[in-house]
Amino acid sequence: MSAKVLDVSALPPRAFGARSALWWGVLGLVAIEGTALAMVVGAALYLRQGGDGWPPPGTPLPRLTAATINVLLLVASSALMWMVALDARRRRRVPVAVGLVLMTVVGLASIVLRGFELAALGCRWDAGAYASTVWLLLGMHATHLIGATVENGLLAAVIIGPVDPKHYVDAHSNGLYWYFVAGADVVLYLLVFVWPRWA
Amino acid sequence: MSTLALRQERRDEGVVEPAQLARAWDTPPGLLGALASANHKQIATRYIVTAFVFFALAGMLALLMRLQLATPEAHVLGPDLYNQVFTVHGSTMMFLFAVPVMQAMALYLVPLMVGTRNVAFPRLNAFGYWTYLIGGLLLWGSFLLNVGPDAGWFSYVPLAGPAYAPGKRADVWAQVITFTELAALVGAIEVVVTAVKMRAPGMSLERVPLLVWAMLVTAVMVVFAMPAVMVGSTMLAMDRLVDTHFFNPAEGGDVLLWQHLFWFFGHPEVYIIFIPATGFVSSIVSTFARRPIVGYPAMVLSLIATGFLGFSLWVHHMFATGLPRIGASFFSAASLLIAIPSGVQIFCWLATLRTGRVVVRAPLLFVCAFIAIFVVGGLTGVMVALVPLDLQVHDTFFVVAHLHYVLIGGAVFPLLGALHFWLPKMTGRMPSERLGRWAVAVLFVGFNLTFFPMHQLGLAGMPRRVYTYLPETGWGRLNFLATVGAGLLAVGVLLFLANVAWTLRHGAPAGDDPWGGDTLEWSTPSPPPSYNFAALPVVHDRHPLWSVAPPGAVVGLGRREVLITEAIDATPDHRHALDGPSLWPFLTAIAVGIGVIVAIFTPWGVTLGAVLVTITLTGWFWPHRPAVEPGR
Repeated sequence: MSAKVLDVSALPPRAFGARSALWWGVLGLVAIEGTALAMVVGAALYLRQGGDGWPPPGTPLPRLTAATINVLLLVASSALMWMVALDARRRRRVPVAVGLVLMTVVGLASIVLRGFELAALGCRWDAGAYASTVWLLLGMHATHLIGATVENGLLAAVIIGPVDPKHYVDAHSNGLYWYFVAGADVVLYLLVFVWPRWA
Repeated sequence: MSTLALRQERRDEGVVEPAQLARAWDTPPGLLGALASANHKQIATRYIVTAFVFFALAGMLALLMRLQLATPEAHVLGPDLYNQVFTVHGSTMMFLFAVPVMQAMALYLVPLMVGTRNVAFPRLNAFGYWTYLIGGLLLWGSFLLNVGPDAGWFSYVPLAGPAYAPGKRADVWAQVITFTELAALVGAIEVVVTAVKMRAPGMSLERVPLLVWAMLVTAVMVVFAMPAVMVGSTMLAMDRLVDTHFFNPAEGGDVLLWQHLFWFFGHPEVYIIFIPATGFVSSIVSTFARRPIVGYPAMVLSLIATGFLGFSLWVHHMFATGLPRIGASFFSAASLLIAIPSGVQIFCWLATLRTGRVVVRAPLLFVCAFIAIFVVGGLTGVMVALVPLDLQVHDTFFVVAHLHYVLIGGAVFPLLGALHFWLPKMTGRMPSERLGRWAVAVLFVGFNLTFFPMHQLGLAGMPRRVYTYLPETGWGRLNFLATVGAGLLAVGVLLFLANVAWTLRHGAPAGDDPWGGDTLEWSTPSPPPSYNFAALPVVHDRHPLWSVAPPGAVVGLGRREVLITEAIDATPDHRHALDGPSLWPFLTAIAVGIGVIVAIFTPWGVTLGAVLVTITLTGWFWPHRPAVEPGR
């Protein structure tokens, strides 16, 4: 073999985190969905500036209970997701499977809570620009929540069933997406539920 | 026994035979195989061909408009059809031609230029193409059924809102946006991850070809620009379908919100179309000047600066909306500022040509035409960046002239040059130099004859998007001239296409590197095999094929594996088995298509689409094999 040849057979067949291509793909997805969410947040700030009240007269302030429970649940669940990611790195099949099942349950609970949050807004989406905006914010975030939960559920099924080692990388990268979903909910909680109580 | 021993030995050496590679990477035969293909070159070629079909269709609409405007009070098109024609022309050119064709070039060239076998997520790439195709068919199907959008390519509210646009035309536009932007975002992720994580060992950031830099900057811009228009078009569709009030001032909404969201995407869009073209120009100039581009760091920094500044200009499309003066001043200054990085690039190319040993070939002539036209477009850009002048020429043909100088001059000429340049690589055959030169000449004359008079027409007050004018305006003569030019422009496009057809049938064999290029794609056979490189390359400097030390070879990869490298220095990090062909991306695109198209009529389309997509995604990701180490 000449010196111009680079033998890579000793390199590992996969890697986790920023070393893997998938992680960068998920980062791109987070950038896209984060930008979209930021655009709606921008629209909310813009419309609030021009309207005659946020919420407008006659529309109640959104009730806090469901949203508060949900944001705490999502933030706390990030710790669980972090543990799943750690176990995925070590390819510990049972803990990863159990963790993903739990994450799926958390996701389902959060989706149900989102239903209560929408009810707690106290207005329908067609009541005015304020109502449209808060419904869109919570609705958009709900699609991310549903997507992340379906993904966790699928991965749980795959890891319990016909696991391929690459799915540990999937589970690990899914963590990044979940942190985004949880972090975005903190922003939405402050914007939709807390902020109207200030001005 | 002996075969086994031989195979064992080969495996120890880590060399995979081309026949084995072909088995691993070739697209399966037949229609199902074609639908399942995940090969980046095949998908990119489909993108390019489809985009050119849309280019030709939208070009025919342009000819119809020119016929209508050739004389005062003509009756080729009525006002309603004229509205649909200019809207479908603009929407097709922007969403179905310009952005997709640039991304398609990236999807073809980036994996070859960085020295890998495919894009990072091959199946997602296939999904992107099918989504784009469905979006294009939706727009043109609607147009043929007389439900074509008619509120302009930027679909301003309140004109496109529920109060002034009954029927489904504006909804069709909004959902075409969903499809095309989804496809663009998918393509962007492919390019980013491929360029960042799959570069050949040794291709550290300062050795990345300028074209790949251009495509990377573009892809990052797509990631941050496209969501704005997706959000905007979603709001528009909701205002129309489920009675939300985002753009309804009577209920606390705001029509200008639409313009902000649209142009936050729409201005970067111009650079998303232009920056890839700078990559083509750099490749062509450097190859035919027989020397590296002057000022590589300045070029890269200019690209990145353009990428950032592109996001700070959107309000200059809104000078006529009565914004606060101080805001307008800021955006006016930013609009002037962006001329600087573009100017730096122009000077670097000119310096390269001045100091090189120039070989004149058709692609370089396309580049020369580009420089001339783009400089004019850039200068009128500086003019309309100034608020007082912009107020005067807003919504006139001056702006039509400006945007065509920038987009045709800045993007289509380099693109045609690039296709001429890479056609030998893509087809294995040389295009006709003579036909190529004729095409440039006719296109250049036709283009200027069509669009230069429009500057004057705009200054004389001719409004855009109005289907006719009175003889007393005195605009007839220049309009007639523009129509003659448009005919010539069409002849130029036909000459170009004839050259492509001629190349496919009669072109001389091209060999690996007919132009003497410096980047890795020229080290593969023409056309490249499905796996691109028999052995993945290792590079030692910025111009691997001009280097004293030719590229080295990577060994020790499995048949379906590629090498993932570190993002900055491109040191080898790990092996990675890429996914092969699958029907699921196609089925998922169909599922998305059903959901989005049904959503034109009822919000339940979203639910339906979500259920269908969940099913197809499950099929997509469900593993087919039991637990094995992949690909060895």
